[in-house]
Amino acid sequence: MTTSTLAPAASVGTASASVELDGVVKSYGSHRALDGIRLALHPGEFVALLGPSGCGKTTALRALAGLESIDEGRIDIDGRDVQNLPTNRRDIGMVFQSYSLFPHLTVLENVEFGLRMRKVQRAERRARALEALALVGLEERGGRYAHELSGGQQQRVALARALVTRPRVLLLDEPLSALDAKVRVSLREQIRRIQTELGITTLFVTHDQEEALAVADRVAVMNAGRIEQIGTPEELYRTPATAFVADFVGLSSGLPGELAGSTVSLYGTTLPVLPGETLSDGAVRVAVRPEDVRFASAPDGIPATVVSSSFLGSLRRTVVRLDDGVLLSVQHGVDEAPVAGDAVSVAFRGSPVRVGPVR
Amino acid sequence: MNREGRRPASELAPRAATRWIILGLVGLLWAVPIIGMVEFTLRGGLAGGYTFDRWILVFSGGLDASYKPLWTGLINSLVLAGVTVVVVLVLLVPTMVLVHLRFPPLRRPLEFLCLLPITIPAIVIVVGLAPVYSVVARLFGSGTWTLAFAYGILVLPFAYRSIQANLDAVDVKTLTEAARSLGASWGTVLARVLLPNLRRGLLAAAVIAVAVVLGEFTIASLLNRNNLQTALVVLNKDDPFIAVIFALLALAFAFVLLILIGRLGGPKRRRTE
Repeated sequence: MTTSTLAPAASVGTASASVELDGVVKSYGSHRALDGIRLALHPGEFVALLGPSGCGKTTALRALAGLESIDEGRIDIDGRDVQNLPTNRRDIGMVFQSYSLFPHLTVLENVEFGLRMRKVQRAERRARALEALALVGLEERGGRYAHELSGGQQQRVALARALVTRPRVLLLDEPLSALDAKVRVSLREQIRRIQTELGITTLFVTHDQEEALAVADRVAVMNAGRIEQIGTPEELYRTPATAFVADFVGLSSGLPGELAGSTVSLYGTTLPVLPGETLSDGAVRVAVRPEDVRFASAPDGIPATVVSSSFLGSLRRTVVRLDDGVLLSVQHGVDEAPVAGDAVSVAFRGSPVRVGPVR
Repeated sequence: MNREGRRPASELAPRAATRWIILGLVGLLWAVPIIGMVEFTLRGGLAGGYTFDRWILVFSGGLDASYKPLWTGLINSLVLAGVTVVVVLVLLVPTMVLVHLRFPPLRRPLEFLCLLPITIPAIVIVVGLAPVYSVVARLFGSGTWTLAFAYGILVLPFAYRSIQANLDAVDVKTLTEAARSLGASWGTVLARVLLPNLRRGLLAAAVIAVAVVLGEFTIASLLNRNNLQTALVVLNKDDPFIAVIFALLALAFAFVLLILIGRLGGPKRRRTE
């Protein structure tokens, strides 16, 4: 198979659209899977919907795709209410968590499927399918069947199949979760590259915060059917709006502190509090990032005992137990290599912290 | 033994000799009556010895007009088999797919309903069907093909099992949603995505339906319809040799169909590079 006559990959082309979910509610019996979520995607934007299992993120994506009906609210694509539009007429591309290639069709026939549904002429269909396969680097695999491909290759074909129809919106429902770590990283980068090239509005559902922060323009963190915060990865990490976001995004240790106005007292250190949740003064739970903690010399720091230390390539993360039994993560350089049982001292760097109610 | 202390599956399988003994015994069980039937058709009658004359007569088309009811019965059975397969597949497949995708809680009631005929003796079914068929006769006439409605019920358990096994083996929900997201209508999803992936189950259901219909006697006889089996019973009184030859041919036909399931229903294979 040759691709010499093909147009450049980026010419797969899309007409990206804005997407808006406004007060969407979906219940299964007494369980409210979506509790009035509001989410707006700008044309060409890559938004990740991040949250723990069962938080409603997949339901939100499926509602947008038309695979789930909604009880209340409104879903607009390009300003048009699509609530009564069936899935096959919403002009979306979708990649699923489980492998969804049609087993009885070859890779090329799979990619051509959407074009066949749109009654595209055979020659154009074939050219566009090959072009889409070239986009994901699988133009040589057109004659294979799904069972002859690896998991990563199958998801790349699924991506090509979703893109070949030039949909207005691309929906990705945890497409990387069934893949091994290395393939996952490589494929997520490929997805981001293709999305940037095509400028297609994309909603990417994942429970993996590293994945969401790595690829998305903005991340919407969901919890119990609600969106807790929408922001850039930096905003979510640096200024989490709620204790849940602070806890879920990035790594943080939960420590007992005493709130007093806009500061919190933590093991004798006073730290500024990030604006957000309104809490009355008194006992609170303080979320502290590992990079906001350092090892200190004995008299100045808080005494602790090393529990474990992990080498992470360019840095090292050590878990220590404070005298009151609380565990705290410390991020530091690889030159320091504490071992379990070492007596150490730690101190806070003074960065603003997020506080939440005591659990 | 592996690390968990369990014997691997290959060790748990019976030894080759045991397998051959089991196969031989089962084969013998099946072969004895068939060999007996073949031997019977080759007997030379009062003259003694063996002859192929009757087989030659059947295959040379030399059977006279007195055998016409047999041909009628055979044609009726083939038509019945075809109509039964169509009735079962057209009604059952979309229903099962719909229940699988949209109404999973209805799966158990549907299964119960479909398996029910296997628990009811044919004679009881006929008693229930007799008044129904007086209505059927008024609506569609009393042609033998109308038996296909009753046979549709009779083959439900076998057809249901075959199709359900295939439905369980394929991720129908994801394939359907993928096709819908690519712009396919429900009809297209069924025709272009689901049916090709359910072909093994459908073939099995169709072939089992054909086999059941070709071997059915009770309902046809009690509802006064002529099919292959009723014709064979009648013929058996006049010429038992020819009746047995046709019984053997029907058996061979069912056997060929079963082989076809295995050949056509298997997954597409391709040598990987």
